[in-house]
Amino acid sequence: MITKKDVEHIGWLARIELTEEEKEKFTKQLNSILDYFEKLDEIETDAAPMHHVFGLTNVFRDDVAKKSMSQEDALQNAPKKEKGCFKGPRIV
Amino acid sequence: MKPQSYELHMLLSETPGDEMKDVIIGLEVHVQLNKLRSKLFCSCSTQYHDSEPNMCTCPVCLGLPGALPVINEKAVDSAIKVALALNCNIEEQIMFYRKNYYYPDLVKGFQISQYDYPIAMDGKISIEADGEREIRIKRVHMEEDPGRLIHVGTIDRSRYSLIDYNRSGVALLEVVTEPDLRTPKEARLFLNKLRNILEYLDVFDGSLEGSLRVDANISLAGGARAEIKNISSYKGVEKALLFETVRQKNLVRRGIRVAQETRHYDEVRGITISLRTKEEEKDYRYFPEPDLVPLRIGDRVDDIKRALPELPDAKRQRLVKQYDISDHHAKVLTSELKLANFFERVATKVDANLSATWIADVLKGELNYRGIGIDAFSPEHMIQILQMLKNDKITEKGAVQVIRTILDEGGAPPEIVKRKGLLKIEESIITRAVAEVIKENPAAVKDYHDGKNEALHFLMGQVMKKTHGRADPSMVSKLLKEKL
Repeated sequence: MITKKDVEHIGWLARIELTEEEKEKFTKQLNSILDYFEKLDEIETDAAPMHHVFGLTNVFRDDVAKKSMSQEDALQNAPKKEKGCFKGPRIV
Repeated sequence: MKPQSYELHMLLSETPGDEMKDVIIGLEVHVQLNKLRSKLFCSCSTQYHDSEPNMCTCPVCLGLPGALPVINEKAVDSAIKVALALNCNIEEQIMFYRKNYYYPDLVKGFQISQYDYPIAMDGKISIEADGEREIRIKRVHMEEDPGRLIHVGTIDRSRYSLIDYNRSGVALLEVVTEPDLRTPKEARLFLNKLRNILEYLDVFDGSLEGSLRVDANISLAGGARAEIKNISSYKGVEKALLFETVRQKNLVRRGIRVAQETRHYDEVRGITISLRTKEEEKDYRYFPEPDLVPLRIGDRVDDIKRALPELPDAKRQRLVKQYDISDHHAKVLTSELKLANFFERVATKVDANLSATWIADVLKGELNYRGIGIDAFSPEHMIQILQMLKNDKITEKGAVQVIRTILDEGGAPPEIVKRKGLLKIEESIITRAVAEVIKENPAAVKDYHDGKNEALHFLMGQVMKKTHGRADPSMVSKLLKEKL
């Protein structure tokens, strides 16, 4: 059972500010999603856990360095930049 | 926890020798696999140390939409090498997970890391603290390095950060110990040993800035534990842990409970500060990385194991056996792969014991004093110096002077010996100088015969002065005693 407090916490983890109405709405929605997942418990299965949908393993790349993007291209989408760096808020 | 009893309070404050006994430390060591040419999941170069910010990035390590990671095969093999050297069990199949958290150094909002099915578990290495101690390794896993945050001002006061993603995506290995370490010094010894092993394996260059970062968990027996995040130097680890030990003990002494929390080590101020984060492990919402398929690595292990180089402990034992040198010398010489190689090169040309003494005791001391590495000295020069010493061409004092001259001014041994007049002078010249000194100092000679031993030192000094310090002191002493 997801409470409003859980929703607030999840919002904080995602750095998303939620209004009171949204908190109520998401609490309800998340609970209905979880309820739906509980249907899986009804299936009886002894299959091995699946780790990946493709069934592929060992897709590798050689250790070769290639040319990177220019600094200008890298910073192109940055809302704020300074001294060749992205400029971001302090989050601690 | 209850406030400390009076007895325990007195014990803690009055027995400095036992101060550390009840400290419990576990480390999470992040090392960059910086001998790789490219990053873990993309082909950007790892050689970013001399470049401008954000010059070694691509859509993958910048986390741009649609970019897909492909794992570097050599990174996996390097990680297996490390896991084997740390005596771990290698997993048959490994997987990558997304570790979700929001922080500006992380481009995608998650870090590709490992969770269940890490590369290896349950290892151990031994360190030499007060006697040999075995430190258990809990697990070893691979992950991508985040970018580098440049805080403007200190971390608790800066208003914004500048971010350089050159480092983002470099292959990291996280080595997690069990809480087996008992003192900050043991933590330092563990890190030195780990660095030594990694450098022997040729997967790591510990001299590069930011190549090693440590999170340390520390608690007093029975107390809550603090996690100190992101200590970025070898010395910093010991200092941060010492500070934290004292801080926690002071709290206990005043009857205040130690809080379980994350703290940041401020290298400049030498203190740890509370970060007040609210994230716990479940908040990371680990889930399997759908863009990377599982890796079956079991069948690679045997080949890698066969190709493992000789590791520090084995090399130390072999040097003792093969060259008949002391265990102490072997320990010093194997503390760095380059130093061990240097020694072996010299020891095959001149007396091994003489080589061990002069490299481990003299040369290493001179290098440490100047804060430079063994690369600054050529083994050929050492061979020349030791040959001259062995053939009685120069004195020990002269040999030290040649070493210092090479380090400070450059040059080659024969030329330095000539230029500085270090060639040991012949017995006939010393004999003459001895005769002169005895003639010129009748008072001192009388004192000597009256049993004043200082007189002999004075006379020796006079002979050394006459021969400009180039006479062999033992020879001077012998000749003086004969003539007096």
